[in-house]
Parts: sequence; structure tokens; C-alpha cells
Amino acid sequence: MREISQQAVTELKERARSLRCEVIKMLGKAGSGHTGGSLSAADVVACLYFWEMRLDNANPGWPERDRFVLSKGHAAPLLYAALAEKGFIPKEELQSLRRLGSRLQGHPDMRKVPGVEASTGSLGQGIAWAVGMALAGRLDAKDYRVYTLLGDGEIQEGEVWEAVMAAAHYRLDNLVAIVDYNGLQIDGAVDKVMSPLPIAAKFEAFGWNTQEIDGHDFQQIMQSLEAARGHKGRPSAIVARTVKGKGVSFMENGVDWHGKAPNTEQVERALAELAVN
Amino acid sequence: MEKIATRDAYGQALVKLGHLHENVVVLDADLSKSTKTSEFGTTFPHRFFNMGIAEQNMMGTAAGLAAMGKVVFASSFAVFATGRAWEQVRNSIAYAGLNVKIAASHAGITVGEDGGSHQSVEDIALMRAIPGMKVLVPADAVATEKLVMAAYREPGPVYLRLGRPAVPVIYGPGWDMSIGQGIEIRQGKDATIIACGIMVYHALEAAKILAGAGLEVSVVDMFTVKPLDEDMICRKARETGALVTAEEHSIIGGLGGAVCEVVSGCCPVPVVRVGIQDLFGQSGTPDELMEYYGLTAKHLVEAVEKAVRLKKKT
Repeated sequence: MREISQQAVTELKERARSLRCEVIKMLGKAGSGHTGGSLSAADVVACLYFWEMRLDNANPGWPERDRFVLSKGHAAPLLYAALAEKGFIPKEELQSLRRLGSRLQGHPDMRKVPGVEASTGSLGQGIAWAVGMALAGRLDAKDYRVYTLLGDGEIQEGEVWEAVMAAAHYRLDNLVAIVDYNGLQIDGAVDKVMSPLPIAAKFEAFGWNTQEIDGHDFQQIMQSLEAARGHKGRPSAIVARTVKGKGVSFMENGVDWHGKAPNTEQVERALAELAVN
Repeated sequence: MEKIATRDAYGQALVKLGHLHENVVVLDADLSKSTKTSEFGTTFPHRFFNMGIAEQNMMGTAAGLAAMGKVVFASSFAVFATGRAWEQVRNSIAYAGLNVKIAASHAGITVGEDGGSHQSVEDIALMRAIPGMKVLVPADAVATEKLVMAAYREPGPVYLRLGRPAVPVIYGPGWDMSIGQGIEIRQGKDATIIACGIMVYHALEAAKILAGAGLEVSVVDMFTVKPLDEDMICRKARETGALVTAEEHSIIGGLGGAVCEVVSGCCPVPVVRVGIQDLFGQSGTPDELMEYYGLTAKHLVEAVEKAVRLKKKT
């Protein structure tokens, strides 16, 4: 087990705060996009990019790199912020989000952006993609790991469970699926729209190694990733309980913030809050 | 005349390809004995993955494998590969420009007794509409092997349309086939039949009959429905002044539609489209169905005569 120092946690918190600030700024500039689900997953993504995954920003195609597939592709701003923070793309470019000619499409395009591993956004498809990557890693006798982040609404898609079945069938212990369980989707609460609950029990029933954590507790996120790494013979699912819009009081648990961008005044208020926290 | 199903030729070609190239990976969705990928699976078990009856995940998995450098052949019946998983093919494979070859068998009405639910009459249209997707429809076993090899070499997504029943072998081994080029198998001055798949054989039969009646008909095997050989189509339109298209597919959105799109821009001549007339299929033997839906040499003869009459009026 890697040691989880207080210093590492403090650093990751700062990274996550920075990702949230960039998300707010780029969405404010773009005038549209998905705020709530980008903020809810920021702590998990910070842990993946700045603690867990093996990456080389100077060589995005490095064959030994770990792979991250943003299955909930509408959280693209968060992914772009992480890639910029990591040095895959210039930070200034974040302001081009959703503009004509920009590499930063509304949903991630692997053909345009270095570090984007999969063109996602059509929900349910990223995890199937991750299954293919994990199979390829095994075929090539590589020890890279594949991580995919799903939305809790997204898992209403049938393809997700086809992929979950296949991953267990092929015993893909190099695959980790993280569900950003923020409880809200466009039309309302996930358990009101079309309940996918209980989530962890479903993965468990399909034969996955499953953990439930607080997706804003860095110790828990890090420990769960470490535990997944140590688990052999089965893929690992981490159901991360999160708050949609996390970090900005007037966005938290607001379903309206699923697909809405902040205006100038809201950007300022949000950044002020994030500066304090 | 020797008869071999194009799906059988596909299965054999895959094994050859597997011997030649280590990066070939094959996926199937519980139809490997029917699509003939099972032979690859037996020969290269570690590079074959049965994904179960889950076509959407199969296409997504294919994308992930291809993104990691594999050349993936993903097979199922045409109706499922192109219909059930259309949006996965669009977004996971084609939008990402990935090296996945969707090789679908049991296309068209010659599926036979299984009936209309299993007979894809719109798969060419569905695949043709996707930006960057290449669409190949081999006429026989020889063409199938050549096009499997060509599909491997072709970067990006390719759709390969295969059939269930044994069909006549019309090509000798010497023919060269490259993606994007039609082949004029028979020359004639009075009209041109542009055909794909099993209709190429029927077109040749029709041309023989018409020759007896004094009409010299050119026959083009348009095995690449996309990207279409536009030069060939426009040239044949100019040279013969009348076109007939022939496909075991709906007349909407397939080869016939594609040919009309081209000639309307370069040389508008009468085009008579032989194909399935906006209908679903039904149970029956393949021969019965070909007769019922108007896809035999006899029907092509009538279509050519009609096209020639239309030419004279204009």
C-alpha cells in the first residue's frame, strides 16, 4: 500500500480547488455546458490525475500510460481542466471551450485533444470502450490500468450493463469503474426519473469487486483506488457518493445546474467561494 | 458453377489475415458459427472475444481495442450490427475514426426462412450515411477475400456486407480489387447495370439474355458503395445513356440512391432502380424471396428494357 500522507491530501485538495476554478471560468466564458457534474467529480478526477495514474504530459501516446475514459463525457470541462493542469494542453486554451474551431469540443474528442483517450459523450459508451482498452492491455501484456468515470444517471443505459457483464466475464482486474453518484440527472433525482439503485449491489451481483465511498473524502478516494489496484481476478467498481455542484453553495444539489453555465456575476461569486474553501 | 457463401469466404480470409498480422482481433456477438468468425476463434483463441448477445458493448469494446492499436473485425448479423448498434458504430467507432471493420453477415432477404425481422434491407443506407464510413459489398467468395484484405489495409472504419447462402463464384483469382473502384465486368453500349453483392451475378445473367435480344449491356460491379466510383458512373452514363442499379437492399438509400445522387450532378440519364421496393422481407427460401421481391435476371431484363425506352424518349 502506498502511504497516504497528510501532505499528499493537502496537495490534492488544492488541485481539486484549482480544477473547480478552471471549470467555473471556462463555463462562464463558454456560456453553456455542464457545471454540476463537472464539480461533483472534481475530487475523484484530481486523485486520478495527480496521485493515481501513470502519465507523461510530454508524451501523450506513451504506450505504458494508464488510460482514463470519461464515460460521462458531458463533464468535459473537468477533463480539460485536468489535462491543462497536467500540462497536456495550454491553460489559456481552456477559454476556447465550445467555440467554433476549438479543440475543446462540448464533449471530448480524442482526435483533437492530446490526452483525451476516447471520444465520449453519448452515454454508456465509454465503459464499453474501457473494456476494449483493458482487453488490449492484457493482449499486449502491458501493466497499464484503465479508469472510467460514469454518471449515476448514465448507468440507466443498457450498454453499461453489457460492458459490466463483459468486464467480469473476462476478469479485467486492470479496469476500474467509478460512479459519480451525485443523485441528480437532467430531469430530476435519479431515483425518481429511473432508479438505478442500489448501484454497488448491482456491480457486486455482476461479479465486480465493489466499494462505496464518500467521493469528496480524499483519504477514502485514495484508499479505494489503492484497494482496487490490489484486487486481482475481478474488475473494481467504486461508487463515489458526491454532491452535484460541489464547492459552490448556490450550485450544490441544484438540478438546474446540470446543464447550465454561470453568468458573469455567478462566476465571480463562485470563484470567491472557492478561494475561501 | 461453383457456389460459396461470402460469409464462408470471410471466415477463411480472417484466418489468413490472422496468420499474417498479429494485431488482428475479432469480436462476435454469439453468432460466430453463423458469421464464420468461429474459425478465427479456434485458430487464435487469445485474439477472439465472444461478447455475448450484446452488440452495443461489442462495438464499444471494438473501439477501445482499436484505440489501443488493434485492427478489429466485429461481426454479427447485418440487422443487429448496423441497426441495434448504429449509434455505437457512429459515435464510438466512426466519430473517433477508429480502425474497426464491421463485417456483417446475413444481409438482405436471402437470410430466408428466419423472416423479415432478421433480413436487413437498409443496412447499406444506415452505414453509408455515417461520415467517413466505407461500405463494401462483395459479389462472391473471391471478392470477399480480396476485400477483407483491403479492409485491413484501409485506415478507419469499414462496413463489409456478407450474405448467408452459397452464391456463384464469378471472379477468377486474377482480378484486382481496390476500394473505391468499380469493375466493368462486361462491356456494352446500350445500357449499364450497376450492381453490388449477389446482384452482380444476376446482372451478368440478364446481360446474356439481353444480348440474345440484341441489346448490348455493360455490367459494373460496384463493390464499393462508398466511396463511390463517380468517374465510372458518369462515364457509363455518358457512354450508354441509361442505367439500371441492382442491389439486394431497399431502393432507398442504398446503391441505387447513391448512383442517382451522382448522375444527377454529372450526366442526368434515366436510372431504373432494382431492389426492394420500400418493404420488409418475410419467410421463404432465398430463391423464392428473390423472385417475390423482383431481384432475378428476368426482372433485370425488364428494368434494362425500361431504361432503354426512357432513354429514347429523352
